[in-house]
Amino acid sequence: MATADTNPKPTMRLDLKVMGPILALVVLVVIGALMNGNFLSAGNITNVLSRSAFIGIIAVGMTFVITAGGLDLSVGSMAAFIAGLMILVMNGLLPVMGVGWPLVFVGMLTAIVAGTAAGFINGFLITNMRIEAFIVTLGTMGIYRSLVTWLADGGTLSLDFGMRAIIRPIYFDGILGISWPIIVFALVAILGEVVMRRGAFGRHAAAVGSNDQVARYSSVNVNRVRMMTYVGLGVLVGIATIMYVPRLGSASSSTGVLWELEAIAAVIIGGTMLKGGFGRVWGTVIGVLILSLIGNILNLTDGVSPYLNGAVQGVIIILAVILQRDKKAEG
Amino acid sequence: MTEPLALSLTKICRSFGPVQVLHDVDITLAAGEVHALIGENGAGKSTTMKIMSGYLAPTSGAVALNDAPVSFANSQDAEAQGVVLIHQEFNLAEQLSVEQNIFLGHEKKRGFLLDKAAMQAEARALLARLNCQVDPSARVSDIANADKQMVEIAKALSRNARVLIMDEPTAVLTEREAEVLFVQVERLKAEGVAILFTSHKLDEVKRISDQITILRDGHVVSQGPTSDYNEDQMAEAMVGRDVSSLYPERTVPIGSDIALEVKGLSVAGFAHDISFTLKKGEILGVSGLIGSGRTETMEGLVGLRSTTGEVRLNGEVVHLKSPQQAQKAGMCYLTEDRKSRGLLLTKGMRENLTLQCLPDFTNVLIDQKSEDAALTKAIEDFDIRAPSRDVAVGNLSGGNQQKLLIAKVMLADPDIVIIDEPTRGIDIGTKQQIYEFIHALSGQGKSIIVISSEMQEVIGLADRVLVMRMGRIAGEVSGAELTEDKIVRLAMGLDVNKEEAA
Repeated sequence: MATADTNPKPTMRLDLKVMGPILALVVLVVIGALMNGNFLSAGNITNVLSRSAFIGIIAVGMTFVITAGGLDLSVGSMAAFIAGLMILVMNGLLPVMGVGWPLVFVGMLTAIVAGTAAGFINGFLITNMRIEAFIVTLGTMGIYRSLVTWLADGGTLSLDFGMRAIIRPIYFDGILGISWPIIVFALVAILGEVVMRRGAFGRHAAAVGSNDQVARYSSVNVNRVRMMTYVGLGVLVGIATIMYVPRLGSASSSTGVLWELEAIAAVIIGGTMLKGGFGRVWGTVIGVLILSLIGNILNLTDGVSPYLNGAVQGVIIILAVILQRDKKAEG
Repeated sequence: MTEPLALSLTKICRSFGPVQVLHDVDITLAAGEVHALIGENGAGKSTTMKIMSGYLAPTSGAVALNDAPVSFANSQDAEAQGVVLIHQEFNLAEQLSVEQNIFLGHEKKRGFLLDKAAMQAEARALLARLNCQVDPSARVSDIANADKQMVEIAKALSRNARVLIMDEPTAVLTEREAEVLFVQVERLKAEGVAILFTSHKLDEVKRISDQITILRDGHVVSQGPTSDYNEDQMAEAMVGRDVSSLYPERTVPIGSDIALEVKGLSVAGFAHDISFTLKKGEILGVSGLIGSGRTETMEGLVGLRSTTGEVRLNGEVVHLKSPQQAQKAGMCYLTEDRKSRGLLLTKGMRENLTLQCLPDFTNVLIDQKSEDAALTKAIEDFDIRAPSRDVAVGNLSGGNQQKLLIAKVMLADPDIVIIDEPTRGIDIGTKQQIYEFIHALSGQGKSIIVISSEMQEVIGLADRVLVMRMGRIAGEVSGAELTEDKIVRLAMGLDVNKEEAA
């Protein structure tokens, strides 16, 4: 019989768990505003949000993967590889199709297809071949990183100059002053939140992450749910790459380095459990914003060196996990 | 063994927040005596045992060892003073060896190094003292449940336990394994160890205990020497009402149509050439020792394991490769292991209830209103008692978890339900309710297969019983032949007049 190790004030704890990330974000905004007048300017906010959109879009997908009890270390390299592939395809088809939007769409299609395929490969190895997610994605992380380096021959893959001008607005333009990456990030986040909270897929992912045996015995197709989380993440990496390539118009071996860790960190700061079973997408969005604000504040202020960005982020991540420890969970 | 020890609780009260779960509990465990603590789930047995062994502190009242008041700081403190609790779910590191487990946390050392030879020798001596054949270097994950229990006891003895508290020690044991345990209990008793155990099996309480304490709703309702009680009196005191008619009478006749026909079903390594039929509205019992392939056969039948052979549902051949397909075809399996395979313990009742049929509640998005309505209905239909609707399922009592599990599976509205150990670790009042549910289902024309290790249960519930032995059907008994003796003989392979299974 499982006796309830009753928590004297469960509501208080719950509140802290829900409110913690939001409070941290508010505190950061206040600190930023106090330290630099430019912090709250439209230009700076747009800049921060647009830059965080890549990690953000990926982190939404990562939320599902982690909720279902998985992990994906390959997303950073995957993004670099897809960016390289997208550039190569567009450059290669340039003589045939000429400069213009049709070629951009081919590039986008390439990114989505490559992302889907990469997610499928991860998912297949993890579900069908039953290899640990950590090992599989550690392997594919190395593979994609090395492939993009090889494609670029150790240097940089640059998109044709004419194409760059056409593709540039995808990152820099938008509607009503809101840039496309921010819009796409918002749409992905809203969709993700709805699916996680109200969709059968979100519920199934949490069930699989919580106890895959129970899910299996309850007629849930565990392998398909797991597979879909990786494929979904792959597609989102493709979308993030579509947003990223127009920014610089190039890809190299240093593209997307450490994105995977930032995405995972954002997910955890947001209150999703690393061991799976519970996830919240809105928390991930807050986590992404917290991480990018730290970098931005350090850049804007003189007191602390921006080189300490990683250290501050690390402290925040550890603090977040300490605050969200679940005492009721049996060890 | 050092001096004997007696543990007593005096006027113990314990509250969790505003809820008082123990009221003035007095229990004395005397050295060299076996004390049974019985009561329904939620009566306060676990809390009492946890207070005895230092896992919980009482809100008020006194704990005394040999009449000297003590207050255990924690369970390690209690262990150091000779009081050890053996949990119902084994607390063993599955990947370590038997010997490593016995000495886990208090390894013997010589300088900086582990003294493996000494530990090996002592482990061997402890196991020999328990008459247990298991190899000290065997990995715990590889040994049988009964041996795991012995390892737990050996572990307790290695800590020089003089008060041994066992939470449902026989729940996971077969009857034969339980026999081995009882012999060891007698031996420890003779050595002057004070023993307290809980059990839902009243016959074994009657057999091995000297004293009985009966708890109901946190009060001691009856206490005295075991010889003063018979099983009916124990059950009545536990439940507070008459439970002599535990098994309902069949009111609706069995149908004539065959719902399920299995021919030559095999599950590699577990079951060979299993054939049987199941009629509409019939309750078919499956008996046999644990490890006889009962569970694996049924898991194979619903697609949880790969099988060969022919399965016909309502006369049509089906190939069920997954539980999803089985569910679609109208057949569901209810696992024996509700904690690790049946329910998501950290989730609420609503999420658990609808997990099996989530698509039925989803129209693009999950319809939480109809989920809530389904939960309300399930709570009513199956009399699920929970402190609140959003309580984590892991905090429900075993009986209520089992009711929720049944509600969950029945939501899929299967025509054939396979229930594996329907009442394991459940008190007698809830058992009676579950038997009534099962009969009501059969009355609705549903066909039911009940797997159970409790002879009384299969005999009382089933119209017909298949007995399995070593992965094969050893025989089938029904009607007047349906006796404990007949089943045991088949299960052990003793029956000389064994009828050949068709």
